Amino acid sequence: MAPALIILLVYLIYPVSETIRLSFFDNYGREFTGVSNYVWALNDSDFRQSILNNFLWLIVVPTTCTFLGLTIATLADRVWWGVFAKTLIFMPMAISFVGASVIWKFVYEYRGAGNDQIGILNAIIVYFGGDPHAWIAIPFWNNFFLMVIMIWIQTGLAMVIFSAALRAIPEETLEAARIDGAGEVRIFFYIIIPFLSETIVVIWTTITILVLKVFDIVLAMTNGQWGTEVLANLMFDWMFRGGGDSGRGSTIALFIMLGVIPIMIWNLRRFKMEQER
Amino acid sequence: MKHFSFGKFLAHFFLLIIVFIWVIPTFGLLISSLRDKDQVALTGWWTALKHNEFNEIVRTDKSNVQFEENGIFIITGNLLKNSPTKSVINFGITSKNPKAFKAPSKVTMKNGSTFYLKKDGSYRWTSDKEFKHKKGKRIFLTVNTPPSLTLENYKEVLVFRGLGQSFINSLTVAVPSTIIPLIIGAFAAYALSWMNFYGRDLIFATIVCLLVVPLQMSLIPILTVYNQIGNFFGVSAKSYVGIWLAHTGFGLPLKIFLLRNFIKSLPHEMFEAARVDGASHYQIFMKIILPLSIPAFASIGILQFLWVWNDLLVALVFLDKMPSEIVLTSRLREMLGEFSQNWEILTTSAFVSMIVPLFVFLSLQRYFIRGLVAGSVKG
Repeated sequence: MAPALIILLVYLIYPVSETIRLSFFDNYGREFTGVSNYVWALNDSDFRQSILNNFLWLIVVPTTCTFLGLTIATLADRVWWGVFAKTLIFMPMAISFVGASVIWKFVYEYRGAGNDQIGILNAIIVYFGGDPHAWIAIPFWNNFFLMVIMIWIQTGLAMVIFSAALRAIPEETLEAARIDGAGEVRIFFYIIIPFLSETIVVIWTTITILVLKVFDIVLAMTNGQWGTEVLANLMFDWMFRGGGDSGRGSTIALFIMLGVIPIMIWNLRRFKMEQER
Repeated sequence: MKHFSFGKFLAHFFLLIIVFIWVIPTFGLLISSLRDKDQVALTGWWTALKHNEFNEIVRTDKSNVQFEENGIFIITGNLLKNSPTKSVINFGITSKNPKAFKAPSKVTMKNGSTFYLKKDGSYRWTSDKEFKHKKGKRIFLTVNTPPSLTLENYKEVLVFRGLGQSFINSLTVAVPSTIIPLIIGAFAAYALSWMNFYGRDLIFATIVCLLVVPLQMSLIPILTVYNQIGNFFGVSAKSYVGIWLAHTGFGLPLKIFLLRNFIKSLPHEMFEAARVDGASHYQIFMKIILPLSIPAFASIGILQFLWVWNDLLVALVFLDKMPSEIVLTSRLREMLGEFSQNWEILTTSAFVSMIVPLFVFLSLQRYFIRGLVAGSVKG
């Protein structure tokens, strides 16, 4: 127990308080500067861009993963090769974000019009008569092309959790509904979805936490260029830019922290309920 | 009934499309890593199994290899470097008209010499005057290249691009970073589930909070501490020990949380019986908990191992970029800048970095999924 406590104290509890303190200090952490880091952040265009992009990620990625995960889990339950399909879709979970970035950068690879496209996305578009594009350099839309990578990785997780939850739905309930003449679509919306509500929340929070910290993908694909900056990458940048600015870095970290606080409170409440049970 | 079977068909159809979309990117990577590097740069990987036509510019041999026969000067050689699989389709002697002639054929050059090129790339160049050129003459070729899969790229990245060393570095980081938190976490989880002491619930509540704290919150202070320690002892702030402990710290809350939930789910009576028989906590832990927890250990260990193996951020912050320390993910990201157009190197390197996770995933899938499902934040 003791070593665990010491490590937690040194690596998590002390740093959290230290980061909060540093966010009120200058770049070397020596001089108290009040809220000037926060003022800087709110006026910095990169920072605002990051906040906007993080919001975009937070809306799109968990939603898409949940939707796709549930769809695939439902479909896979109905075909004989479902287990095999699930294995293949789950596979990206094992791959690193950097590895996945290389995979998708190759998919998005762009060669000038008239040349043979070696990226499959542009090749398909050219095949159907469209023009090739440098996808990851198109402001705003490129965010979505980066999100695809995260969705590609995380849908597997949502799918597996949904699969387990679907199996927990009592067969009699479904049978009863079918006898009463409910169609598959009705059953899905009136029985399955309410049954899964808790699972949906679990998946949503897990992916939300992950998305708040998204870093590797942005660093590897664009390093925040072309309007794709996110908080975690901006923070990493400031940690080392110009010898490192611990004040600004800490301030950005705190904004990431802000995003997980609601989840933290929700978790704590769950824990308390469990204790009382 | 008809409606039902149509639904079934749709299920097959949509799932097939989704699986296809999911697999294609990785498949393309694997194929590309096995292709010849010139082909990767020029044609899509989906053409890997087709014959492809490439344009090449080559030079003939220099005049010093000429020999004389019956008053005629001759140069012979092979423009395709005697490659047994390639063949010449068209060739030309000016850049304006690079496909002027069909191989094999005889061409008269401007200076009156005769150039004869066969399909296999061998040529015979004859003239009644002595050849004087210092540089070989440029010949434009259209070459038919058969599909060829090769392990050349793997040799290239592992041996010459330092990926072999990075692979070892990644293992050096990942193995201790998996074992240390598992051991420490197991003891803590036991204490939190079966020992009564003051503040136990508070500690566990704190751990529940720490579960979701982004590790970004820890980076700057810990890096500062490391730098101070490094300065004080006159050693580098970036070391393997440093990153092992950092990964331990960041992974510990989840390990404790999961193991505690598992240990708590074991039957209560067993512990009480052991206590009554006079077993100490240490004995209970070693003789009862550990053997029972092996599957849980496997799941959680795999999860942590893959997390560490795939991590980039912690490695970038706490490890140096010199060859003896740089890990695979970090090296791969460097290569993305360094070789941004050399897709044969990038795809191969990415695949090297994925081999271990894919192997773990395919062989221990059950444990991996169990760990992940348990690890998703639930109360």
